[in-house]
Amino acid sequence: MAESQGDRKDWPPLPSRRRPRRTSPLLTIRTPIPGRARWVLMVLSFAIPFTAWLILSEARIVEPRFLPTPGAAFSALWDMARSGQLWTDTWDTVRRILLGFGLGVLVSVPIGFTMGSFQAGRALLEPVLGLVRYLPAPAFIPLLLIWLGIDEAPKIALLFFGTVFFNMLMVADVVRQVPMPMINVSYTLGARRGEVLRKVVLPHSLPGMIDTIRVNIAAAWNFVVVAELVSSTTGLGRRIMQAQRFQHTDEIFAILIVIGVLGVLIDVALRLIRTQVGRWVV
Amino acid sequence: MGGMTSALELRGVTRRFQVRRRTVQALDGIDLTVPEGQFLCVVGASGSGKSTLLSLVAGLDTPTEGTVLVDGRPVTGPGPDRGLVPQAGTLYPWRTVERNVAFGLELLAVNSAERARRVDWYLAETGLSEFRRSLPRQLSGGQQQRVAIARALACEPEVLLLDEPFGALDVQTKEDMQVLIRQIWLDTGTTVLMVTHDVEEAVFLGQRVVVLASDPGRIAEDITVDLPRHRDLSVKRTPGFLSLRATIEDLVRAQHRNGAVVS
Repeated sequence: MAESQGDRKDWPPLPSRRRPRRTSPLLTIRTPIPGRARWVLMVLSFAIPFTAWLILSEARIVEPRFLPTPGAAFSALWDMARSGQLWTDTWDTVRRILLGFGLGVLVSVPIGFTMGSFQAGRALLEPVLGLVRYLPAPAFIPLLLIWLGIDEAPKIALLFFGTVFFNMLMVADVVRQVPMPMINVSYTLGARRGEVLRKVVLPHSLPGMIDTIRVNIAAAWNFVVVAELVSSTTGLGRRIMQAQRFQHTDEIFAILIVIGVLGVLIDVALRLIRTQVGRWVV
Repeated sequence: MGGMTSALELRGVTRRFQVRRRTVQALDGIDLTVPEGQFLCVVGASGSGKSTLLSLVAGLDTPTEGTVLVDGRPVTGPGPDRGLVPQAGTLYPWRTVERNVAFGLELLAVNSAERARRVDWYLAETGLSEFRRSLPRQLSGGQQQRVAIARALACEPEVLLLDEPFGALDVQTKEDMQVLIRQIWLDTGTTVLMVTHDVEEAVFLGQRVVVLASDPGRIAEDITVDLPRHRDLSVKRTPGFLSLRATIEDLVRAQHRNGAVVS
């Protein structure tokens, strides 16, 4: 062996590199940063875009009919709130989400749970879902309008179809995360199939399911605005459409602010539920 | 089936796997009888079919040929008469320690007073009483394995199956756990079937050590451990212990070489 390996002595030395200098935690990969730095950065993440908006609009760098000042946007918001129109529009939009996405959750969670628990369910559904989920939901709007008319039904259907397939596949993935040894041990503790599903697979998957709902409700927000832009007489998306006709960019900005704030509120609420349910998660 | 009672019996148990058109003979005609109350350790190099053997007894896997009998009845699937303790990561992380231990009793719909009494006993036996309301992630690796053992014992299994239960623990914790499981065995009289690759552990714990040969998995040697029933850690330094350990380690090594691919 030794003769075939040759002699290490005639190897040239490895190239040398200068020792790296210590870097600040702010620029070090995955290193915790000081609490104050964190706060400053979090404030900046809002302050920078807002200041840019303020300067661009107030200094008339961009014309007001394209970019309203923050003041104009907030006063438009105030006017819409006072007239009561904002509340009816918001409720209409939120109701569509509750119905369309809620229905999607009711259907996708049990089906995803089955796909994640049984290979047969996966083999039956995953191929077709893998295809269907790449069909963009808005492409179905014309069909939905033909099938369901122009009332609430096509909008709710768009939300439903836009989220249900993704949610199914994501719930199935969450359910598959339950470690097989944990399932096996449960059998040796006397659990039958149904008990394993109810008392092991379901509680283990709950926090993950709430996470998938958090991700997909963001998609539902997208679809509801799309649906209202296309055909609607009410809702926040519809109001944006109308404001565009009269070139009321201040109203458009006001509604965008409302949509953003509502989205954050939903996310915070779901996150609170998630921490309650998932206390045990590391 | 009369005469001496055997808690566990394997008759001509063979298990073959199909791996990419190749047939792997994990176990080949294993005959093994474990009398009630015995502490039996199975050792062997990795790939010798130790874990397959345990899965078959647990009922999580089915033999290609042969039968496994527990308490005289053939095994057809997993059940609480064969409690299993794997290496790690099988505690229910959302349940507290006491609710983990109570899992099997809940399934049997044992009333809450009776359940509490039993859970208390097993928590005390495994030294976990003060952690009863902790979640698994708040415990050390050794404490987590104590919970897994208590949880399996609470179902009062005919045979307690231990699958390298201390393999992920540091040396000191491992020795504490060895002393603990020995004490539990003396206190409960349960039959124990333990799979390990640690020969020292096998000799310290077992009344009997079976050495498995690899590819195909067969029983290479069946050794009675001639050490006192009551042992403490100091026995590990006695000449009797050391020579037995050396003998078995040589056997395992020889089997490992036989099975290894020579380049």
